[in-house]
Amino acid sequence: METINYPKFTPEMKKTHKILIPNMAPVQFRILAAVMEQAGYTCELLENCGSQVSELGLKYVHNDTCYPALLVIGQFLDALASGKYDLDHTALIITQTGGGCRASNYIHLLRKALVKAGYPQVPVVSLNFSGLEKDSGFPMTLDLLRKLLAVIYYGDLLVALRAQTEPYEIRRGDAARLQEKWLDAICGWIHENKGWTNREMKSAMPVIAREFAAVPVRRVPKVKVGVVGEIYVKYSPLGNNELEDFLRSQDCEVNLPGLMGFVQYCAYNPSETARLYGGTFLEKHMSDFILKYIEGMERVVIQMLKDNGYHAPLPFKELIRLTDGVISTGDKMGEGWLLTAEMIELVRAGYENIVCAQPFGCLPNHICGKGMINKIRELYPQANITPIDYDPSATRVNQENRIKLMLAVARERLAERAPEAEEAPRRTAAERPSPERLGRRAKAVV
Amino acid sequence: MRIGLDVGSTTIKCVVLDGADNIVYSTYERHFSHILEKSEELLRRVAGQYVPDRRAELAISGSAGMGMAESVGVPFVQEVFATRVAANRLAPGTDVVIELGGEDAKILFLTGGMEVRMNGSCAGGTGAFIDQMASLLKMTADEMDVAAQTAEKTYTIASRCGVFAKSDIQPLINQGAKATDIAASIYQAVVNQTIAGLAQGRPIKGNILYLGGPLTFSKCLRESFDKTLGVTGTCPEDSLLFVALGAAFYSDQSFDLEEVADRLRERGASETYRSQPPLFRNQEEYEAFQTRHARAKVARAPFGPDYAAPVHIGIDSGSTTVKVAVIDQEARLLFTDYRPNLGNPVPLIREVLQRLYDEHPALHVASVTTTGYGEDLAKNAFHADYGVVETVAHFTAARHFLPNVDFIIDIGGQDMKCFKIEDGAISNIFLNEACSSGCGSFLQTFAQALGHDVREFAKLGLFADRPVDLGSRCTVFMNSSVKQAQKDGASVENISAGLSISVVKNAIYKVIRAASPEELGRNVVVQGGTFYNEAVLRAFEKEMGVEVIRPDIAGLMGAFGAALYGRSKAASDQASALLGREALANFSQETESRVCGLCGNNCQLTVNTFAGGETFISGNRCDRPVTGKADSGERNLYAYKRKLILGYKPVPGRRGKIGIPLCLNMWELLPFWHTFFTKLGFAVYHSPLSSRDLYLKGQATIPSDTACFPAKLAHGHIQFLSKLGLDAIFYPCMTYNIDEGLGDNHYNCPVVAYYPEVIAGNCPEIKNTRFIYDYVGLHRPKDFTRKITDILRRHFPDVSKSEVREAGDAAYAEYAHHMAQIRREGARIMDQARAEGRHIVVLAGRPYHVDPEVNHGIDTLITRFGAAVVTEDSVSGLVDKFPTTVLNQWTYHSRLYAAAKYCVEHRDCDLVQLVSFGCGVDAITTDETQAILQAGGKLYTELKIDEITNLGAVRIRLRSLFAALD
Repeated sequence: METINYPKFTPEMKKTHKILIPNMAPVQFRILAAVMEQAGYTCELLENCGSQVSELGLKYVHNDTCYPALLVIGQFLDALASGKYDLDHTALIITQTGGGCRASNYIHLLRKALVKAGYPQVPVVSLNFSGLEKDSGFPMTLDLLRKLLAVIYYGDLLVALRAQTEPYEIRRGDAARLQEKWLDAICGWIHENKGWTNREMKSAMPVIAREFAAVPVRRVPKVKVGVVGEIYVKYSPLGNNELEDFLRSQDCEVNLPGLMGFVQYCAYNPSETARLYGGTFLEKHMSDFILKYIEGMERVVIQMLKDNGYHAPLPFKELIRLTDGVISTGDKMGEGWLLTAEMIELVRAGYENIVCAQPFGCLPNHICGKGMINKIRELYPQANITPIDYDPSATRVNQENRIKLMLAVARERLAERAPEAEEAPRRTAAERPSPERLGRRAKAVV
Repeated sequence: MRIGLDVGSTTIKCVVLDGADNIVYSTYERHFSHILEKSEELLRRVAGQYVPDRRAELAISGSAGMGMAESVGVPFVQEVFATRVAANRLAPGTDVVIELGGEDAKILFLTGGMEVRMNGSCAGGTGAFIDQMASLLKMTADEMDVAAQTAEKTYTIASRCGVFAKSDIQPLINQGAKATDIAASIYQAVVNQTIAGLAQGRPIKGNILYLGGPLTFSKCLRESFDKTLGVTGTCPEDSLLFVALGAAFYSDQSFDLEEVADRLRERGASETYRSQPPLFRNQEEYEAFQTRHARAKVARAPFGPDYAAPVHIGIDSGSTTVKVAVIDQEARLLFTDYRPNLGNPVPLIREVLQRLYDEHPALHVASVTTTGYGEDLAKNAFHADYGVVETVAHFTAARHFLPNVDFIIDIGGQDMKCFKIEDGAISNIFLNEACSSGCGSFLQTFAQALGHDVREFAKLGLFADRPVDLGSRCTVFMNSSVKQAQKDGASVENISAGLSISVVKNAIYKVIRAASPEELGRNVVVQGGTFYNEAVLRAFEKEMGVEVIRPDIAGLMGAFGAALYGRSKAASDQASALLGREALANFSQETESRVCGLCGNNCQLTVNTFAGGETFISGNRCDRPVTGKADSGERNLYAYKRKLILGYKPVPGRRGKIGIPLCLNMWELLPFWHTFFTKLGFAVYHSPLSSRDLYLKGQATIPSDTACFPAKLAHGHIQFLSKLGLDAIFYPCMTYNIDEGLGDNHYNCPVVAYYPEVIAGNCPEIKNTRFIYDYVGLHRPKDFTRKITDILRRHFPDVSKSEVREAGDAAYAEYAHHMAQIRREGARIMDQARAEGRHIVVLAGRPYHVDPEVNHGIDTLITRFGAAVVTEDSVSGLVDKFPTTVLNQWTYHSRLYAAAKYCVEHRDCDLVQLVSFGCGVDAITTDETQAILQAGGKLYTELKIDEITNLGAVRIRLRSLFAALD
């Protein structure tokens, strides 16, 4: 019971403590770090990985706890043990969504683990929007909120642009280099407290998108794979055994729906809850207000992608409607209805091959992930979905084998469709491959 | 020429096709995990004999072939895909392919929307599983197939994963069930596992093709599939080679085979796996280690033919072995016997006892004590004087070697037991739950798979230079880790060391969940046969950073402890009640298995009849088949709850019939909804108590095989209701539960909250019955009327708001009344127990743990030990809200913490927590509940339950708890 008196993160610590950030989504979180630094915090995005991370997690957290908790906590403990940090002047930050899933408990598990591992002095900051952890919450100001949104807009855009350019680029590495260049630039702006207003983003984004669009590419038909899942294993290479890289190595185009959808989902749910079970007028319409605000920028991002010939995600308003007849928007634990909606969106957008990633035994995904696959397949027979469980000892071989099965079916369909794919390539008609070549190509990499 | 190579988990298959696709060569061989060497050798063989110019089109497939194919630049064909290619060509018209391999199970739906399904990472192997089970029965796979064909009946064996099934089978063996019946049950379990795990709601019908080793070799397995599916499947010629054939058909790139073989050799030479430090750095270290352990020796005395002084006999009838120890009055060891349990321990024990009588004509037995899984059976069969729970037996023995022992770890063949000792009593017990094997038989299985004897195999690891890092999980996962390591070039030595280390890590991190050696205490005794393995012993010391005592009779500690126990109990001039010479000579045992049938539980009884007509019954959940009297349930709040729930009967109504599945939260909300709908003029039907049969009827539609068992049962309940001709089935989604003011929030867990969505998405039954599963919030009574009126009106337009208000008021009142009744009866039971001086056990779970199919009769088991049983919700209201170290946000779990607090505040109450396997929320609650109890100086007992029906481990825990309390 010793952890009831855990150390609080006090305002003075802003000056004295370095905050360590777990690395969930590598692109978005880099900008997040810049935002925090600009706000006067000293922070560091953790890059440590390797077997000792999950081992420390296993050692200090109940082994049946979900994999993301093991990894995040393991990554922190590994960092603290590295000797790189002054333990009396280090703090940790962790996100907390406050829903009915166990994830809301990560912060408590982390505090327990810190005591057990001998770092009782290290305070943990909660990054949440639900008013939890009032004494150790990350102080939210309106400015900060807007900056966090900017992090996600920029991050999602860079991820989408690279994902849709890289598989087709003629010179290997062009898209990656471009992403790196813009990440540096954006972080630079943020450090100077620039670039994060809607006006500034509206002028910056077209430039970024155009540069990606100018990368020389050969648009041959490729297997298009969507990735959905529990948020940590969906994004974090540490959590999903470098799933994105693996899919890329299998010559696929990978679509990871952005983080913004999750933010909108979190904003949407409180009002939906009030509508379902009752609540005040304000409770019922608070979400509309926030979503309306986000919508303005959302439109810009979508337009930007479309104008430059890229696939753009559906606006959130339309995404919600995809759940009709499949799952209720009342399912709000974990990724809830959003996960189901994303699968449907991907299938409809041609990313019908889907990896549904979740930690082993993930409770919400029994419902909104694995539980919905049959229904989606009924409605969209082309859906080729494979659920993959992640766990400290689920081996990569097993996971990749299952993904390969999904890809084998995908490639076969791609080859069947190859003749009609003639119209698909957009800008590089001259380099369009012959159907025979396509067939062979698809086959050779099975 | 085209060549397909299929490298599976246990076998390698190869086909060579000529220009007209005729098979010119094919082979099917075990590779004993020498994957690279074997592949290399095969390619050279094929090249030399069948491919004159060494060039042929080649493709590789199989679960173990993936990384290998990539690293040598040969195209890889995913194996399920290869099967499909071959099936389309060789068996056109096939609708469904069922393929079982060494470790994989696959179902391919070829017609009506192609789909392929593979077992998830949890579901365990099938071929390897059958092999394991066969070796448990001391048979070869072929013998088991033959045996199964003469079976008369099948037992229920958990089909979730191999490790579970094993723990179901072991007690059957120990209880003397017939091997033929067990064999048939094993095949049935494989069938259930395949269907439950892979069909996921899609019917398997039409032309079925059976492929892969197990289905090719076992007629019985095919028949079990046929019977269960109601089809007649075919097992084609070359059924073992389909994957290889598919790969061959698919191959379109030509290779120089010798060159590929060379590349395989190069790859074999490079080691790329993750390793850990060696166990011993040099010979000196090893010698010092040996010398140190040689000191822990038990005192012995000669046991000559004319020995006539009183002796005490201890018999440990364990899960895989039978051990006997004989000691004198000074606790010196006279005689030991250790033999593998060949299924029925009784004849083995008889043999040992007879030998004792024969070799020592003047033998004077002062006491006989039995312990272990077969304790009761052995005690009854031979008229032993005492029975002692194995934890106490082991503690007694350990204390003999180290009087101030504070931690004992025992790793046996099947189970692992660890206990902490405080103030001379067991204060905490850790048993491996049915999921984590990591024991002696685990090492044995791997040794055999790699073609070694287990002793020799362990020795190999001692001086391994770079032991493989295999993590710390169960056998099933370990199989694939080992496979991976082999592909990465790890030597057998390094794998052996890695496995020994993983046994230790499994024990420390998975079973004990210790973070540091200090937690375990500094005076540690290790025992159990597995610690004879020096690699395991060394790994344990290294991992924990502490030097431990391993007695020279590490494998006999249970029997030795039992003998010591008898010695301490026996009066100085006592003569044992043990069967005499003559009675033993005429001893006979007959085993019969029958269904009890005295109540609805229909327990599968094993009845042993011994010479003289005495019987011993096992497999019963209550004393009724023994005493003939029904359990009154007067000390059991679980029974009372069941009675209350089952009291809600349909009242004919004008609006029609509505059904409610008696699953998950409905176990608590039935009073509410029954009243609500009855008031509205519906006849309310609910599904019955769950049963095995009900579960099996619904299992084919379960989409996620890792969800908890109580959730999976919902499918059976829906299936049941769909047959009643109802107007609607009502099962609402509920994000929130009722706020009882005990926590920071009042959520349901995600599974309870939204399982109706899963039903709606996966159960074809609801296509014919209206299924109402809207989102409902009982936590806001004021809004409830309006919201539920809107919902109901969509289905029953004539329902009026005022009617609903009235019905809602009555429903809330009934719910409050129901909960008050439970609290009142709980108070009565506790008062009575206090008056009678009985222990009170707060059997804390969730409302649905009241279902006997979920709790497997643990409530009655506890009352049979003489204690009273109350529920968590009967005492949670007696505690004020208090701070917890975790976010206390689920209603059911808030009750749990409050109940723990109540037990801390009341000396005569102890908490036993029921945890459903796969309950993610309980990963958090168990630690917190334990912390609350331990802070208050109370013992914490956790019982993990699943489909599994083996109560052996549960019994040990409970008996140890009661032993510690006394």
